[in-house]
Amino acid sequence: MAEADNHARTRHTLGWRAWLGQAVLYGLFALVIGVFSHWPPYRHLPPDTAVIKLSVLHTGKPKSACHQLSAEELAALPPNMRAPVSCPRERSPVVVELDIDGAAAARIAAPPSGLSGDGASAIYTRLAVAAGERAIAVRLRDDANNADFAYHIEQRVTLAPAQVLVIDFDAEHGEITLQ
Amino acid sequence: MTRTIAPSGNAAWRWLEQGFDRAFGASGNPLRLLGALLFLCFAVLLVSGAWLYAGYDTSVRGAHASVARLTESRWSMGALMHSLHRYATDAFVILTVLHLVRELLYGHWRHFRRFSWLSGCALLPFIGAAAIGGFWLVWDELGLFSAVASAEWLDALPLLGEPLSRNFLRAAALSDRLFSLFVFVHIGVSLLLVLVAWLHLQRVSRAVVMPTRALAFGTTLSLLALSVLAPVAQPAPANLARIPAALSFDWWVLWPHALMYASSASMTWGIVLAMGAGLCALPFLPGAPRAAAAVVDPQHCNGCRRCFEDCPYGAVSMIAHPTAGHGRELALVDAALCAGCGICAGACPSATPFRSVLQLVNGIDMPGLTVDSLRQQLREGLRASSAPRPLVLFACLHGADSTRVAANDVLVLPLICSGQLPPAFVEYALRDGAAAVLVASCHDYGCEYRLGARWTGARLNAQREPQLRAGVARSRVQWLAAERGEEARLVAALDALRERGARDGQRAMNGHGADHG
Ligand code: HEM
Ligand code: HEM
Ligand code: SF4
Ligand code: SF4
Repeated sequence: MAEADNHARTRHTLGWRAWLGQAVLYGLFALVIGVFSHWPPYRHLPPDTAVIKLSVLHTGKPKSACHQLSAEELAALPPNMRAPVSCPRERSPVVVELDIDGAAAARIAAPPSGLSGDGASAIYTRLAVAAGERAIAVRLRDDANNADFAYHIEQRVTLAPAQVLVIDFDAEHGEITLQ
Repeated sequence: MTRTIAPSGNAAWRWLEQGFDRAFGASGNPLRLLGALLFLCFAVLLVSGAWLYAGYDTSVRGAHASVARLTESRWSMGALMHSLHRYATDAFVILTVLHLVRELLYGHWRHFRRFSWLSGCALLPFIGAAAIGGFWLVWDELGLFSAVASAEWLDALPLLGEPLSRNFLRAAALSDRLFSLFVFVHIGVSLLLVLVAWLHLQRVSRAVVMPTRALAFGTTLSLLALSVLAPVAQPAPANLARIPAALSFDWWVLWPHALMYASSASMTWGIVLAMGAGLCALPFLPGAPRAAAAVVDPQHCNGCRRCFEDCPYGAVSMIAHPTAGHGRELALVDAALCAGCGICAGACPSATPFRSVLQLVNGIDMPGLTVDSLRQQLREGLRASSAPRPLVLFACLHGADSTRVAANDVLVLPLICSGQLPPAFVEYALRDGAAAVLVASCHDYGCEYRLGARWTGARLNAQREPQLRAGVARSRVQWLAAERGEEARLVAALDALRERGARDGQRAMNGHGADHG
């Protein structure tokens, strides 16, 4: 109790004004919390806009093919590593192009991940587009030795406002998906 | 020793704090008890969180439904707990910012406070992660938005091969494991937060972690009333195929998402990391030199432990006395922890000015302002005063500016902290000719060294060793809280003492006259 008595030395006896002040300050505290915990609303998108998420996780083709090592090349290697065929692990970057209504909307080249460049390439990007009917064209290339886009899709889609359209690549079936 | 030092603290904050004193009293002022209020909010979060967790379903399909079921009826306990949990989070964020701003404005990051400051900074990411992660659990539109925004933000760091954001492309790809991770993040991080908060308090002794009962009651009641009057709305469940046009948004917690979409993920990282680095760099910047640490004189330390008990920063430890033997202890000061406040010097029983030694040596003392120099100043000041019976004012250098009350009949003796004053000095001043003694400190929760005002009051009220002896006329001693900006209180107190002195003098004269009449 000793400490409480000490407090009494500096405590003013609180009059009605002080109690009123407390009530106002507590009210203000609650008001400030209550208001900004849900207002003003956050508008992530302008009206009549949809979102396209273009995302691919795919491992490109090996950058160079396996090849037979020559005798000199073999001799240059330490004895325990003298395998007759060398298969470089480095992968090709994955290149994706997206056109909307014939105009280029995204051109992305994703390098392979991993220290020796032998991992998957990852792409994730989001674009806001005006809602309505759109012509979507997507091309994907995963082989550095082939300039052609091995995979492509063209489709007309009707985007509702606030809709999210996901463009992905299904490696198993070798197709670009829109959903 | 100068009579004033650069005003400690910021005038604007001090003004606000003293304004709040008028409504709450200095001992119940929320602005002086922000750390304790943070612990209160944490307790509310823990209780409401545990309640919510009991009814929570950790699965993709079940999560939102379980929260919806809990909060279905506006007047149910579940709805109350849900709203309370949210509003306590907002309060937590607001109070953290206020606590940080207060310590920042008072320059509390240097020297002996470095550890408190840095551990405080370390709490910030935990608070952010716990608060933002809570929204994911509800798995409504806002929770989904926050989870995606957080994932996109984290993906901007070159940490992971696979973007986290890919987890939220398709409903089919969502796994219950992800929700276990959410729960782990939310509850795990909030429990880690307790651990870091405990670390945060390691350098202060007797940390005030409980607000006064009135303040705890008022704060909890405010949050409860808000939860009842404006319950948190239950928005629609998460739908990965849609981004809602307008979200009811908790700006206190989710502002980083808005900042990110208004700028970019890397810009937001830049801003957040720069602010964090700036805060963490403060203790390492050159600035005011460190006050000299307390010094123990083994010859004069009898091992009574008072300094050990009273030190506000745990800088004193007791070790076996190397020469005295027989279980005698000796105080030892860790200079790295010492604030140089002198509260220990005021606690030491060796500091009795009545000892007729030429030089007063204290068991523990401040090199910049020793008890011996204090006694000398007191003696010479009283001798030199032009007033026959001057008033002696022992004033804390951090408190009210004592130069403003300079007068012929007032002898001002500045102290590093009012806690530096050994109570025997009060008695000594009165015996040596002072009419009355005024001891000016800061408010209980306004002391620059945390405990100085409290211990001063307790010692003068004979509730704590060393006590002001019972024989001392209490009418001639006053202890007063007067902080910088409250000089008027000093003036008023001195006037009152003068008046009382004059009245007593009059009475004595009348009494004297009657004796002989
Ligand atoms: C969960 C968040 C936090 C809690 C619960 C908390 C709590 C506390 C408490 C209870 C005290 C002791 C007060 C006393 O008895 O004198 C304190 C002191 C302190 N806090 Fe915090 N704090 C938090 C965050 C922070 C942050 C973010 C900072 C700044 C970056 C900070 C800086 C300080 C400093 C410098 C002190 C020392 C004050 C002194 O030595 O006089 N704290 N805190
Ligand atoms: C520093 C500590 C904590 C903070 C800042 C915090 C914050 C939050 C936030 C902001 C929400 C979202 C509420 C909403 O959308 O309205 C939430 C939800 C939740 N929290 Fe916490 N929380 C904390 C500690 C805890 C603890 C310790 C538990 C469990 C023991 C817990 C369990 C839950 C549960 C189950 C939910 C989802 C259910 C619901 O919101 O109704 N929280 N939390
Ligand atoms: S000067 Fe203050 S901080 Fe240092 S040992 Fe003494 S009481 Fe503790
Ligand atoms: S208060 Fe003085 S005598 Fe007591 S332990 Fe500390 S230094 Fe020693």
